[in-house]
Amino acid sequence: MRNQLSDTIVNIKPSGIRKFFDIVAEMNDPEVISLGVGEPDFDTPWHIRDEGIYSLEKGRTFYTSNSGLMELRTEICNYLERRFDLHYDPRKQTLITVGGSEAIDIGLRALINPGDEVIIPQPCYVSYEPCAILTGAKPVIVNLKAENEFRLTAEELEEAITPRTKLVILPFPNNPTGAIMEREDLEAISRVIIEHDLMVMSDEIYAELTYKGKHVSIAQIPGMQERTLLINGFSKAYAMTGWRLGYVCGPADIIEQMTKIHQFAIMCAPTTSQYAAVEALKNGDDDVEEMRRAYDQRRRYLIHEFRDIGMDCFEPFGAFYVFPSIQRFGMTSDEFATRLLKEQKLAVVPGTAFGECGEGFLRISYAYSIESLKKAMGRIREFVKTL
Amino acid sequence: MDNIREAILTTIEKNSRIDLNELAIRLGTDEVSVANALESMESEGIICGYHTMIDWDKTSIDKVSALIEVRVTPQREEGFDRIAERIYNYPEVTSVYLISGGYDLLVSLEGKSLKEVSQFVSEKLSTLDTVISTATHFILKRYKDHGTIMNTRTEDGREKVSP
Repeated sequence: MRNQLSDTIVNIKPSGIRKFFDIVAEMNDPEVISLGVGEPDFDTPWHIRDEGIYSLEKGRTFYTSNSGLMELRTEICNYLERRFDLHYDPRKQTLITVGGSEAIDIGLRALINPGDEVIIPQPCYVSYEPCAILTGAKPVIVNLKAENEFRLTAEELEEAITPRTKLVILPFPNNPTGAIMEREDLEAISRVIIEHDLMVMSDEIYAELTYKGKHVSIAQIPGMQERTLLINGFSKAYAMTGWRLGYVCGPADIIEQMTKIHQFAIMCAPTTSQYAAVEALKNGDDDVEEMRRAYDQRRRYLIHEFRDIGMDCFEPFGAFYVFPSIQRFGMTSDEFATRLLKEQKLAVVPGTAFGECGEGFLRISYAYSIESLKKAMGRIREFVKTL
Repeated sequence: MDNIREAILTTIEKNSRIDLNELAIRLGTDEVSVANALESMESEGIICGYHTMIDWDKTSIDKVSALIEVRVTPQREEGFDRIAERIYNYPEVTSVYLISGGYDLLVSLEGKSLKEVSQFVSEKLSTLDTVISTATHFILKRYKDHGTIMNTRTEDGREKVSP
């Protein structure tokens, strides 16, 4: 039989997260605890779940329009206006997607011609590079540095640009490092982006989870809104990962083309989730703030613990991850994480799962109760003692 | 109220046994500031006590709780305060609220048995001069108390590792 598979997909490496997940699953040991998840530990606030249930009771089980419920798009635009002073047209500049992940995929597909270069700062979330490759793009990786607190600098960006560069992915607040980009950081890279006439795909899924002032979107920087696809969603802010709901806002001509792909590939985002999300945006601000404060306490606790143990850790101001260095132990991230799992039954994710420059670091999630974090930090402490 | 005081209150409201040093770390301040804030909030009467939530049903100790609606005649100059005081001074009374609506005072009560609670109502409460009527509701099951859901699940339903 002839080879049935696409060379492109076969040549894409599976996610490094998957590999570690398999090791944990194979151990199948109830004693194993984890700081390895990339989703909130909170349940979706009850009033939001209740609205989902209500929509089912009312029989709202049909497709919505391709772009999503008009009411939801309007609430999203109200939210962006109220939080970030950004103005988008709910009719032409807003599309509801199946999680932020779909928006990443179809955004790339709408923008890229084969051979175009896409700049991807790493360490970063695992899907940008493979999704870019699937469109025929050439990914150009920028290795972010711990000494810059894993922010993207104008110099780093400038160096990566060639005449074929089309798009810059901007994943801040960042998974896995917890890094943020503040207004002056964004202004500096915006000058470069405008000068070279590039587009930006700004993945702001963790926008609500920052711990040093309010998040600033690159779309707020003068001249940037017309060259930015702003991606956000409900997973992290409202603890709604399983509802699979995100959105993208941007220039009308790009949203129009993305809507075509979405219409053919997906049809529309889940209807129940859309109704629940309307409630989240209307009445969920307090829930978000309460969760943010809880994360902030855990973040401070973890940073203190890592420093107390003697592990270098820059202070991250976003998302729910810390990214401590393990360089002084003379092991690779993979070895460290594997031994920590085998010897102390604690699962964490090696930094390399998010790009080669994650070598020497671990991603530690604090989407866990303080009690769980204490137990886990005790195990890390024990492990480090044996080194 | 400043942020640190508010943050202390919302944290210890859920866990009053928290170690001061840990609380300081979590709030991004130092232990002395936390201790000072606690002390001043105690003396200002903002913090009125540190209690423990107990599910007595899981022990061998018998407890019966009731909520009692009480209608009273308010007294000149004293309003409801004097009658409330006469009720709340009984140690078996665990709370007394003046409320709006169809009756005046909501009294919660704890006793060893139905008989004990009934006796209190008929002999002590109903016989007070200004009490017009009472309606006693025995608590059959406690689903949620002080913001805590009893018998709630604790397992983590998430995958152990995810992107």
